[in-house]
Amino acid sequence: MSDYRVLPGPEHFLPPAAASMGIRLPNPGEAHINGVIASEEKAYEEAAKQFLMAKVPTIFPGPLVLWAWNEKAAKKAAAIRQLYNTLKECVQPGQSPMLIPMPDYRPKYPKIDPEVEINPNHPNLTIWHNKIDCCMFVGVHCHQANLSLKIIRGGTSCYTIAMCAQAGHEDAMLSFRDASVEKIMKLADWVRKLKGTVQPRLTSAKSGASN
Amino acid sequence: MSKEKIKISEDLFDIMPSDYQDLVKSSTYGKEDRGWKDIGTSKELIEQHSLCAGCPESMAFRYILASLPNPEDTVMVGSTGCTSLVFPMVAVHNIHSLFGNQNAIASGLKRALSVRFPDRTKDVVVLAGDGATVDIGLDMTLQAWFRQEKFTTICFDNELYANTGGQESGLMQKGFVAKMAPVGKLFEKVRLPEIARESGCHYVVNCTVSKPSLVEKVIRNAVHIAREIGPTYLQLYTPCILEIGKNSMEGLQEMRDSEKPTERFAYKEYVSEPAKQLLAELAAKDKERKAAAKQLAGQATA
Ligand SMILES: Cc1ncc(C[n+]2csc(CCOP(=O)(O)OP(=O)(O)O)c2C)c(N)n1
Ligand code: SF4
Repeated sequence: MSDYRVLPGPEHFLPPAAASMGIRLPNPGEAHINGVIASEEKAYEEAAKQFLMAKVPTIFPGPLVLWAWNEKAAKKAAAIRQLYNTLKECVQPGQSPMLIPMPDYRPKYPKIDPEVEINPNHPNLTIWHNKIDCCMFVGVHCHQANLSLKIIRGGTSCYTIAMCAQAGHEDAMLSFRDASVEKIMKLADWVRKLKGTVQPRLTSAKSGASN
Repeated sequence: MSKEKIKISEDLFDIMPSDYQDLVKSSTYGKEDRGWKDIGTSKELIEQHSLCAGCPESMAFRYILASLPNPEDTVMVGSTGCTSLVFPMVAVHNIHSLFGNQNAIASGLKRALSVRFPDRTKDVVVLAGDGATVDIGLDMTLQAWFRQEKFTTICFDNELYANTGGQESGLMQKGFVAKMAPVGKLFEKVRLPEIARESGCHYVVNCTVSKPSLVEKVIRNAVHIAREIGPTYLQLYTPCILEIGKNSMEGLQEMRDSEKPTERFAYKEYVSEPAKQLLAELAAKDKERKAAAKQLAGQATA
């Protein structure tokens, strides 16, 4: 197994694809944490902790859930909203959860508005602007998620979680696979369960995303 | 299909940027009589643009997008150049092709769409600069016409390579001196509209974009003829105000000056015989439809 670990950056301008460093994807029923295969239960716990520790825990829903392509997409959207509401209920004063969409993958000229959206070609702008220190991608097509996750790892210190509907993402610091309404709700349950047990990183030197 | 396809998930509607909300609430998708008059009152299919302030390409873009008869089932193929900076803001499917390859990409795309969706009307519209259409992509442009590929080719003729700083293009006027063409063009502007006609295009128009109603008419004609009969070509003068040293307010006047009867963008149109017949049929149907609508409105108020 590779010694490489997928950790918060800034790693450097062009971080290697984690897959090229020997990180492999989890099998069904598993997840990975920092590139090490872990049980799904462990991953729920760790993801919930990271959310509760963060100053600006953020969910980035992508086009697969923002648009009501079918009933399943709409249900996932509802679950994401619930996870976000749970985060708001469970954080402490000084923490500010955000829900920022990635509605489009095309690079936008002259620039995006980082307060209202994130774009996969320069996700760092949204992270820096809002000082996001932990984020979760959900409903983003694989290629765009990989691109974004690498850019974020390269240029910011933000902790990344992927709630992936397919085989998971090596380039996230923590990745689930086969995302479903149930899995999103289970993560919300874990956030509720750990409420008050995790110390937020509000005053530590590492708080906020760096560039 | 129309707007049904573009519903935002209810639970996330409020976080979508307003552009997308407006698009879903008030775009002209599915509206039969959509046209340039919708610009400003309903959601445009282009919100902002990244062209130079006052660039006539931005007017042309808006008129064209407002005039497409079937925007939700249209795929536009672009090429590298100033136009390619606008496509990320366009709410119509679009593909960015390698510089000059646009008509080859469009050929394959149109054929694939007719195999994949045999029962649905799918329009393909190429939109590229003159460098892409006439110089580097001339082979692809002509071969698509020879093969009678059923799509529309639009050339934004700004008479030089604008995006790379003003090099000479085949459509530049003879003698013109540009920043990166200091010697002056040595030969005449390539007569692409005539070449298009000889190469098998069924509808060819050479004009400026100073009049939105005219742009609407030629776009509709070109798309309908391409859909039913064969290739169509529009050469639209969209002067590069930056490279010809005009201010942002002067683009419109530049177009008006260039469309006078003796000037190079005087309106010229060629329509093949089968295309003329089709346009006559479409006009008759339109008349019938409008008469029926009027009658219906009369009944409703009676
Ligand atoms: C294959 C290839 N060759 C050259 C270029 C460089 N290039 C980028 S834009 C451009 C000029 C585009 O000119 P035109 O098609 O007239 O469009 P405009 O910018 O004037 O609208 C060129 C040569 C490229 N991107 N790709
Ligand atoms: S360089 Fe010329 S063609 Fe390009 S956006 Fe500016 S004015 Fe328009």
